[in-house]
Amino acid sequence: MSVFIGSMELGLLYAIMVMGIYISFRVLNIPDLTTEGSFTFGLVISALFVTKGHPVLGLFMAIAAGAVAGIVTGFLQTKMNIHPVLAGILTMSGLYSINLWVLDGSSNLTLLGTESIYTMLRSQFEGLSRDTVELMIGAVIVLIVIVILYFFFQTELGLAIRATGDNPDMVRASSINVDTMKMIALAISNGLIALCGGLITQYQSFADVNSGVGTLVVGLASVIIGEVFFGRRSLTIGFISCVAGSVIYRYIIAIAINSQWFPAYMLKLVSSIIVALALALPVIKTKIVESKAKRRRKSC
Amino acid sequence: MLEVNHASKIFAKGTPNQKIALRNLNLSLKEGEFVTVLGSNGAGKSTLFNAICGSFILDEGSIRLDGRDITFLSEHKRARQIGRLFQDPMKGTAPNLTIEENLALSYSRNSKGLFSKAVGKKERELFREKLRTFDMGLEDRMKTKIGLLSGGQRQVVTLLMSTIVTPKLLLLDEHTAALDPATSEKVMEITNRIVKENNINTLMITHNMASALVTGNRTIMLDDGEIIFDMTEEKRKGMTVSDLMVMYSEKKQQNFDNDRILLSN
Ligand SMILES: Nc1ncnc2c1ncn2[C@@H]1O[C@H](COP(=O)(O)OP(=O)(O)OP(=O)(O)O)[C@@H](O)[C@H]1O
Ligand SMILES: [Mg+2]
Repeated sequence: MSVFIGSMELGLLYAIMVMGIYISFRVLNIPDLTTEGSFTFGLVISALFVTKGHPVLGLFMAIAAGAVAGIVTGFLQTKMNIHPVLAGILTMSGLYSINLWVLDGSSNLTLLGTESIYTMLRSQFEGLSRDTVELMIGAVIVLIVIVILYFFFQTELGLAIRATGDNPDMVRASSINVDTMKMIALAISNGLIALCGGLITQYQSFADVNSGVGTLVVGLASVIIGEVFFGRRSLTIGFISCVAGSVIYRYIIAIAINSQWFPAYMLKLVSSIIVALALALPVIKTKIVESKAKRRRKSC
Repeated sequence: MLEVNHASKIFAKGTPNQKIALRNLNLSLKEGEFVTVLGSNGAGKSTLFNAICGSFILDEGSIRLDGRDITFLSEHKRARQIGRLFQDPMKGTAPNLTIEENLALSYSRNSKGLFSKAVGKKERELFREKLRTFDMGLEDRMKTKIGLLSGGQRQVVTLLMSTIVTPKLLLLDEHTAALDPATSEKVMEITNRIVKENNINTLMITHNMASALVTGNRTIMLDDGEIIFDMTEEKRKGMTVSDLMVMYSEKKQQNFDNDRILLSN
């Protein structure tokens, strides 16, 4: 498998998680740290169902599991008035134990030799190459997710969620329960993140309870990289830019590793620096403008 | 139709910052009344509105709207029947949503179902028709983000939002105070028209005494958490701003004297 196609495949699969993060980070305007927990939750649930011979059901159960995780975080944030960042950390941390419990106490599980949606579809499309089938699975699921989100965010409910991130007072004034909207949005967000985990485990034929570590930063980096290319425009363009960002992120990493700019274990540090720089950019820009203005005035 | 009975609210109770914001306040609105609300800064006008809307629950007293006791009803549930505008035009709209999306959100009080399309053809037609009556060209900018509109334009859209599904009660909290005089007059004119056309019971806070006396059909004045006068249409006819000032200082003097009697005893 060439690196080129491999990065594309991973980029497409992770795009689902990136869209989930986009919903909490950009639409709802809440930093949600549940991500690493819900990603792994989806991953282990999907793996569990694969071992029982139900790979497709496993993906739906992964979505449900992630949604529950999101609702728990939402409940802590809204009804219990816990700071959003802390609420996410609490859920994430609690999920670590639950994920181990799902895997019966062991920290990993191999799925080699069991049936996954990948093996199923590969035997369905015997004429096509392995890479083609894998690419298609990623592309088709991403497309389905985008289409569903596109229509969902035009419904009354979708509109209310978008407005909640924009001006919660106004949403309340329109007789809509803001707390419920936040919980629904976090359920959708974490449902997507968990679906991504569920797909990744079937793709790799392997489940590991630590595979969620660092995924939030990867997701944020992808959102930001996408926005560099597409700007921040409509919501639909936002989701498309998530996919682009996710794929580009994988290529940046592939290039960096192949050219040996830095060893693979530095990846997380590099991702963190990308995100920190991108988030600091507005401040850096104004500082530069200010110092230029100062210098100009001094020189007069 | 609105009954506020013996409403009391004390902020920071039991601390040195204790503030009695509503003092056993009684207010009763009859069907079709449009009441202007006067009072100096800190008199408790906004607090009264907050109490009616459910931003907090009263320490004492009760509120009935249209025969129903809403004293303990949550804020968003009361919002089904109460429209509200603030001084700050930013407060009533979602800046990153378009004009039509903002309108659709308030129109969803008439929900066709959570999963139905928010801005359908019918809604768009209705919004355009309503916006056209304001003569501000907003009907041609329905896909513009609200954040790009001027304060006056935003306030007009907010006014339409809070009345597009006719509320039982409309609360206007100095909603023209942040606008320039010409825009303010225009928004006032639109307000009057909407209230009249839909026969909405309205409370309007203003610091403009002259306009308070000629707007609507009743004027009340709040001071230190109490209603110090209440004038219906006949009573306020022929009343001038200076009459009002005289009444106000007499009332203040009287309260001051009462306090002195209490203290000296
Ligand atoms: N949440 C709060 N916590 C503490 N004190 C408050 C709170 N809200 C209002 N107050 C106090 O209650 C009093 C009444 O405030 P309110 O906002 O109702 O005045 P107002 O009549 O609307 O004045 P203005 O004309 O300046 O808007 C003020 O002294 C204010 O400081
Ligand atoms: Mg006020």
